Amino acid sequence: MSATTPIPSRRFAGARVPLSDRIGEPAFRALCALAAAVAVGTLVWIAETVFDHSGTAFSTFGLGFLGHTTWDPVKNHFGAAAFLYGTFVSSLLALLIATPAAILIAIYLTELAPRIVRRPVAMLVELLAAIPSVILGLWGIIVLGPFLTGHLEPFLRSFLSWIPLFSGASSSGYSMLNAVLILTIMILPIITALTREIFATTAGDLKEGAYALGATRWEMIRMTVLPIARPGIVGAAVLGLGRAFGEAIAVTQVIGNATQIQASLFQPAGTLAAQIASSYQSANPGLGQSSLIYLAAILLVLSLIVNIGARLIVRRFQRGR
Amino acid sequence: MSALAQPAPGSRLHADRRYRRRRLLSRAVEGISTLAAALAVAVLALVIVSVALRAAPAINLDFFTKDPAPFGAPGGGIRDMIVGSAILVGIASAIAIPLGILVAIYTTEFAGHRVATTIRFALDILNGVPTIVVGIFIYGLLVIGRTQSGWAGALALSVVELPIVARSAQEVLGLVPRALHEAGLALGLRRWRIVLRIVLPTAAGGLLTGAVLGVARVAGETAPLLFTTSIFSTFGTPTNPGEALPNIPVEIFSLSESPSPQDHARAWAAALVLVGFVLIVSIVARTFNERSRRRLGS
Repeated sequence: MSATTPIPSRRFAGARVPLSDRIGEPAFRALCALAAAVAVGTLVWIAETVFDHSGTAFSTFGLGFLGHTTWDPVKNHFGAAAFLYGTFVSSLLALLIATPAAILIAIYLTELAPRIVRRPVAMLVELLAAIPSVILGLWGIIVLGPFLTGHLEPFLRSFLSWIPLFSGASSSGYSMLNAVLILTIMILPIITALTREIFATTAGDLKEGAYALGATRWEMIRMTVLPIARPGIVGAAVLGLGRAFGEAIAVTQVIGNATQIQASLFQPAGTLAAQIASSYQSANPGLGQSSLIYLAAILLVLSLIVNIGARLIVRRFQRGR
Repeated sequence: MSALAQPAPGSRLHADRRYRRRRLLSRAVEGISTLAAALAVAVLALVIVSVALRAAPAINLDFFTKDPAPFGAPGGGIRDMIVGSAILVGIASAIAIPLGILVAIYTTEFAGHRVATTIRFALDILNGVPTIVVGIFIYGLLVIGRTQSGWAGALALSVVELPIVARSAQEVLGLVPRALHEAGLALGLRRWRIVLRIVLPTAAGGLLTGAVLGVARVAGETAPLLFTTSIFSTFGTPTNPGEALPNIPVEIFSLSESPSPQDHARAWAAALVLVGFVLIVSIVARTFNERSRRRLGS
């Protein structure tokens, strides 16, 4: 190679930058920045629009809206308490079933499953999240509902009827219990996927150390995997909770959309999201419509709190690693 | 060692029993874990099989190619819904996919660490906003005081799709090797040329599968459409997004609320079309996604 070849580019010699670069670089950069601004701005825009349109209801009922259980479109009196109750009960019960199940499935996928079935089974569990909620709801109405009233509810009642949650007659299959189970199916894959990722990162030498101390497999998991993963699991569960809070379609299909609070899980109930979805054809301008959007505003605030909380937990966990 | 490890016979028996109990507990947990995984897979199979079995009688060629029958008449297809859904998802994706990829380019190529983290956080939060609230947002913005329209529905879907596409694009772009950037810089290329000529072609496979997963996700979304494009004429196959467009998810939703068995049969058949599309697309895209990520990552 001859070392005397001069550097061919003019760019290094003088300040001349091609015109396309002089325009293209800042233009492309600005375009990307604009896109980012639109994405972040949308979040603010959603909040602004939803709060704005709930103004009429807010000025009529104030924060007392949160405490009133009546929802009476005829008398034009609205309150969100029954739906808040339904949202919390359905989501928390679903979380109570889904979190342990997700941990167990994650244990299976990271510690027990033979190498060949790991990927396929993990993918199948995650595909559960790909089923559109409207189809899960349809399945809930026509397949799960009759099974619940015919088999599961009598069974639960025969053992647990001393607990108010499990007492009382069955309704037509549209019930809180149905909604809880459908929500469980919906959030299970989300929590499982996150928990599995966290489990997979547990250091191998810790596991070997536990085995070297004579631990059985479960003791190894309890001593090394679970304590390290705990904050991550909490974050995953809270994300699942956020998803359960906001699920409108499947819940409104199976929960029966009652507007009062009933203790029994076998009875219809309502949630914030489900009540909004079920009123889509009857949203006439005025106080009723504004109250509906007020429900959406409450739901937005709840989901913001839950999601921001979950992300902070997950992020702190990731940074600590 | 043998002198030390010679416990009294009684205590050894005791330790033995305790070990057996510990082993039993471990086996029990392993069994329950396996059972839980099997149960989750079984639920997926159960849902798919019930949809397929109940839909089978209604599925034939006419079902895909004909408009719905007039009220009360037998037969009729779901062509109107398929066309409507395709238009809605098409418009939504035409907005969300380019926008999402541009956002991802900004965060991975141009923005500083702080700004990038903030945008990523905002996208995660946007992704967590309940889809029914997104529907209400567009309802308040475009529908109140006017009428429902395909545009409104598509825009609502694009708000749902944007964070999904952007986040997956960010991950894929983050996997493009730094060495490629540096090679471009060493050649005296400007950033935008590096992005357009080197980064995007390298990441194209991953970006495409991410976008396709976003499409599959919004194809099944009902909640954003309920308040934006749910009241439509069930006559013919409307294609003008200026009016409300029939679509598969909302139609399944309203049919599922009906007490009539014929409506349920129609709902199941439409459900099979939707779930078939979503699952096949998801499986194919996921498989490609893993492959292209592995190739980029190595």
